[in-house]
Amino acid sequence: MSVMTTPAPAAAAPRARRRSRMGTGTAGLYLLLGVLALIYIYPFLIQIATSFKTDADAASTPLSLIPSSWSLLAYERLFAHSDFPTWAMNSFIVTLVVTLGRVFFNSLAGYALARLDFRGRGVVFALLVAVMAVPGVVLLIPRFLVINTLGIYDSYAGMILPLLADATGVFIMKNFFESIPRSVEEQAQIDGASTFRVFWSIVLPMATPALMTIVILSFQGSWNELNHFIVSTQSPSLTTLTKGVAQLASGQLSQGSQYPLKLAAAALMTVPVIVVFLIFQRRIMNVSAGAVKG
Amino acid sequence: MATRRRRRAGADATAGWMFTLPIIIILGVFLVVPVLMAAWVSVSDWTGRGSPFSGDVSFIGLQNYQQILAEPGLPQRDFGISLRNNLYYVLLVVPLQTILSLLLATAVNRRAMRGVGFFRTAFYFPSVTSAVAITVLWLFLFSATGPINKLISFIGLTGPNWFQDPRGVVHVIAGWFGVESAPGALTSPGPLGVTGWEWLAGPSVAMFALILMAVFTTSGTFMLLFLAALQALDPEVDEAAMMDGANRFQRFTRITVPQLRPTVFTVVTLGLIGTWQVFDQIYTGTQGGPSKTTLTPAYLSYAAAFEGQRWGQGAAISFILFFIIVALTLLQRWALKERGGVPRRRRAAARRTRREGAPA
Repeated sequence: MSVMTTPAPAAAAPRARRRSRMGTGTAGLYLLLGVLALIYIYPFLIQIATSFKTDADAASTPLSLIPSSWSLLAYERLFAHSDFPTWAMNSFIVTLVVTLGRVFFNSLAGYALARLDFRGRGVVFALLVAVMAVPGVVLLIPRFLVINTLGIYDSYAGMILPLLADATGVFIMKNFFESIPRSVEEQAQIDGASTFRVFWSIVLPMATPALMTIVILSFQGSWNELNHFIVSTQSPSLTTLTKGVAQLASGQLSQGSQYPLKLAAAALMTVPVIVVFLIFQRRIMNVSAGAVKG
Repeated sequence: MATRRRRRAGADATAGWMFTLPIIIILGVFLVVPVLMAAWVSVSDWTGRGSPFSGDVSFIGLQNYQQILAEPGLPQRDFGISLRNNLYYVLLVVPLQTILSLLLATAVNRRAMRGVGFFRTAFYFPSVTSAVAITVLWLFLFSATGPINKLISFIGLTGPNWFQDPRGVVHVIAGWFGVESAPGALTSPGPLGVTGWEWLAGPSVAMFALILMAVFTTSGTFMLLFLAALQALDPEVDEAAMMDGANRFQRFTRITVPQLRPTVFTVVTLGLIGTWQVFDQIYTGTQGGPSKTTLTPAYLSYAAAFEGQRWGQGAAISFILFFIIVALTLLQRWALKERGGVPRRRRAAARRTRREGAPA
């Protein structure tokens, strides 16, 4: 009897201890994550709060999330007395055209590389691989030279066309098309449809997931693009949000610190990216992990 | 049947070129041709007036490269300073972001945990904002009367005026120990016309704020890479170690981290490549100041060409930077091929999750 009962408490005790240790462990983890999340989120809360403060309030109570007196002055000045609306319109135009262009050209080229058997395909593929290694920052001067030579400096063409060059997108589309079974197209080919027709009305509609990836990447990429617009434009009417806000921040357009104004501008320019992020959150977090690994 | 197949092949060839032609033209005109033009400018004396291919512009050999790398003078010193600044940036950002992102990924790698999605989103969020927007925020956070200095004042200290402070961090620490000026051996100009004392200055206080910003914005992206790798690990290995009595810390350092080696390598090399391209933050925030301590090669090439009208030098700096980055890229490709010696079973598992996880 005693032999039967004695082991039981001995076995139960460590289990109980482990459970309580796991309890404190989980609580500790939550605490740690909570503090970290606060560090990651609080700066953005300060940003929004400060954009509603007066200049003096921003300097005297920088940490508080509630302005001592609410002020819409920063937003009023951005919309009524600055080029902010023009910058926003330019950013929308460029982002929209670049995204549409990339979707179309990337999927065309991706389909050809995945499916069409043509001489020189290997060379095209090698060109793409080589070009992917060129970092954007070293293209500042080179791009200006070619844009200037072509006579498209300071125009929408000069802003948009170079951004259509996107080898990564071609790869994403190529990989996706390779994963679709050929049988789908073969039926249409037997029925005598042209290659473009097969691509346009049969294959492309099936590629929606990959196309969404391209849309997200190119939206984020061109909306956040700065250095290309610095070297391709000079007139205020073609300034985009990134360039305009950067110049606002570096004091080229204003005097004094004016933090509420600058933070309001930076917050507003982030809104579209946040909207896209929230809509496609799951996909974006996968893309970022997959794009580099792939 | 045979003729139809042959006709099909002919159609394929035409369509293949038609489909790829737009992207070939765009990549050719806006990537290949520009690089060739810049290569010419980097060995010419073009001053930005007229076309770089007109008769007035002449070939001057490697003079521009020499002025940057070999001849004592302002261009060489500026390049040396920018290289030093960027080196410290790389040395601090890459290890910090790698370790932080690995820790974040480990902490949120729990399917059963409640609210884990919120934490992942919170940590990833800074990654979606643009460099411009985050720099504007950073200028405020680290301003003289900003939130960071307010926090520092709570513990009775006075924070520096971050973005106006050119003092090197190493110099500041040396100052605490009574070393206020350069020892004799370090005062003569060293490599690239920069004295040993200046090489050893460490990042300036201003650059240090930018280093923190880089870690803040990129850790979320790399967290996702580590998270994907962690989820592809075979849980049996960890369980076996647990049976053998290894505690959580031992399992993390001895079991998990060694298995993540390929991902660590990817993150480190991507970090190395990215941290050599610092431009947007400098253009928005500091324009190279204070006292050139946030000047980077990327910004210097821009400033030399567009502001100083020294196009040849600007292009030459671009090419030197290009070679640094290409060398790092090749290193990554080589290492992934050579050291990708992952057990086949795990590689298959990784492939499986990639296929399920990533939409592309």
